[in-house]
Amino acid sequence: MAELKTPLLDQLTTGPWPSFVADMKRLVDRKPTVADVLAQLELSYEEKKGHWKHGGIVGVMGYGGGVIGRYSDMPEKFPNVAEFHTMRINQPSGWFYTTKALRDLMKIWDKYGSGLTNMHGSTGDIILLGTVTDNLQPAFDEFSDLGWDLGGSGSDLRTPSCCVGPARCECACIDTLDLCYDLTQEFQDELHRPMWPYKFKIKISGCANDCVASIARADFAIIGTWRDDLKIDQEAVREYVNSGFDIQGVVIDKCPTKCLTWTGSELVLDGSNCVRCMHCINKMPKALRPGDDKGATILVGGKATILQSAFLGWVIVPFMKLEKPYDELKDLLRNIWEWWDEHGKVRERIGELIYRKGMRVFLKDLGMDPLPQMVFRPRANPYFFWWPEEVNQG
Amino acid sequence: MARTDIGPPHYEQFLPPVIKENYGKWKYHEILKPGVLKHVGETGEIYSVRVGSARLLTIDRIEEYCQLADKYCDGYLRFTSRNNVEFLVSDPAKVEPLLAELKEKGFPVGGTGNALNNIIHTQGWVHCHSAATDASGIVKAVMDELYEYFVDMKLPAKLKISLACCLNMCGAVHCSDIAILGIHRTPPKIQHEWVAKQCEIPTVVASCPTGAIRPNPKEKSVVVNEEKCMYCGNCYTMCPAMPIADPDNDGVAILVGGKVSNARTVPMFSRLAIPYLPNNPPRWPEVTQAIRKLVEVWVQNARPGERYGEWIERIGWEAFFKIADLPFTDKHIDDFIFSVPTFRTSAQFKF
Repeated sequence: MAELKTPLLDQLTTGPWPSFVADMKRLVDRKPTVADVLAQLELSYEEKKGHWKHGGIVGVMGYGGGVIGRYSDMPEKFPNVAEFHTMRINQPSGWFYTTKALRDLMKIWDKYGSGLTNMHGSTGDIILLGTVTDNLQPAFDEFSDLGWDLGGSGSDLRTPSCCVGPARCECACIDTLDLCYDLTQEFQDELHRPMWPYKFKIKISGCANDCVASIARADFAIIGTWRDDLKIDQEAVREYVNSGFDIQGVVIDKCPTKCLTWTGSELVLDGSNCVRCMHCINKMPKALRPGDDKGATILVGGKATILQSAFLGWVIVPFMKLEKPYDELKDLLRNIWEWWDEHGKVRERIGELIYRKGMRVFLKDLGMDPLPQMVFRPRANPYFFWWPEEVNQG
Repeated sequence: MARTDIGPPHYEQFLPPVIKENYGKWKYHEILKPGVLKHVGETGEIYSVRVGSARLLTIDRIEEYCQLADKYCDGYLRFTSRNNVEFLVSDPAKVEPLLAELKEKGFPVGGTGNALNNIIHTQGWVHCHSAATDASGIVKAVMDELYEYFVDMKLPAKLKISLACCLNMCGAVHCSDIAILGIHRTPPKIQHEWVAKQCEIPTVVASCPTGAIRPNPKEKSVVVNEEKCMYCGNCYTMCPAMPIADPDNDGVAILVGGKVSNARTVPMFSRLAIPYLPNNPPRWPEVTQAIRKLVEVWVQNARPGERYGEWIERIGWEAFFKIADLPFTDKHIDDFIFSVPTFRTSAQFKF
């Protein structure tokens, strides 16, 4: 093979931030695929243009998703990446690993793939970048033997993901890791066999800080919250203040509903006006905690811009208790999927379908009551529909 | 045949013992210094050392992480939602030695509190078919440029930068303090003979959000109304015979002011600040300089605790464009589906 020359990429090996180029170059002698990825990338840097093609159905036996076909558009020039498919491996809840588990995974990926990964992809999976069609099944067989499975791709349930939750966060109002694991196991068929109008993402955050960006990035966002009053340890509050903490400027003045007051010796909460935004708890974690009556707010429809604009998730259940076996939540998911399956057009996300049909139709078909928590403010126009049974048919 | 539908391994087997014991029983946490968190539970403590990574990692780099985790963390580590590695240290005496070795190896420790967190991003030219720009290269250049803000906590608030290399936005950058977005600026070029062979015409027609695509029965292909096309590339995703990449015109747009957290203010979309900057590999100097400038005006003008969008919403976008010294153009006024609520319907504004 000709010597790999990448003068443009080499300029990305300097500077304080870790260099993906320097990292990849270590593999070049062992992995002809990595040499060709770098050579093709260098060409992209020269031409300001990508050189990958999508398409082609590739996968493993019994699954419709989890593998994404990828091909070089210059296979003669870069034969080692003529086929360069991605495998998505379902990450463990909260992205916790032992070194043994990681090494087991990497050993298989060294044997069958390029040795390149993303830890992790945007949806949450362990992304293994680059292998050939013939290696997909044997690689999967070995992953499966060690207890790992593929994630989602295409028009299926995408791999659910969650924040670190109760494993290492005092703010977690729900067991995000258990819920994520439980839902993933429950919906294995939906995850592996694309049969919906389009993709469907579930993300679970333990509190309104939303560390997995569920409200922006998930069709179905589960955000932990509570219904009673947040808990105040007055002694700990005084300790913050006595150590020079500007409680008025940092906490009281920043409260979105002005439901906190500081008397000089006590923090007083107007609980009925608290919107559980987490700001005060974030700033005084030793003194303030979520309340005891914990559960989650469910929001539907979040997505990026393609196709009809980006949506943030819309509140459809202001509060749901979330305890094993999570039947109410699973029923809601199944009902939403059934409704989407029945009414959705090809490549129509659930949020776009709700927008097209109208929220009232969605709520009625799902047997849910309209609630003021679902809107910032009611409509300002008089163009509303009546159901036939609501008017005199005479 | 391999077992299917087994799902991921149960997370519990990957939790360090102190985390298992204090699962759901954490009392509070402190940031001891940039990148070092201490979580205190009912029966113990854990120290998390956060290390920025390139996300695009080789098995060699992961082996390096494993060696560190074996040496200092009894073999336990995790990754964060923003592509950092977190070394989970149970023995407080091992924190400083770990930090020393990370420093020696050149692994950046930071991203906590009022800092720049790691950039989340997409594949770019490394692995994606529809990229209008690279991802890993710009991210490396921007993180080099803003490194001081990752390893220190001197910003007014958290700063989350994201990059998506095309409008498909696999990285969902639409709610970031600063979003770097690869864009096309010219309509797709139709390869009629291939459209006829490769593509489903009704699907292609339906894929266009502005209704710019019509069937062309004569050629068994389609026609694009170029006046209506806003270059999203969705047709190309559905039909490879409509390539939209254009090296002379593709580039990067910068959007600012988004957030996902509900803390203080409700989640907000990022909004357009700079419609176009050229692709200029390998270090995208126009992009890195523009972002440095955007960060600096926020640092100089925001009040303590104000996220990027919170600062702009307080001072007003008209003031932001003035302070940031950015031209306001017709590109900044929305003309897509939900544009009207962004028009000013008030006599209140600033000069």
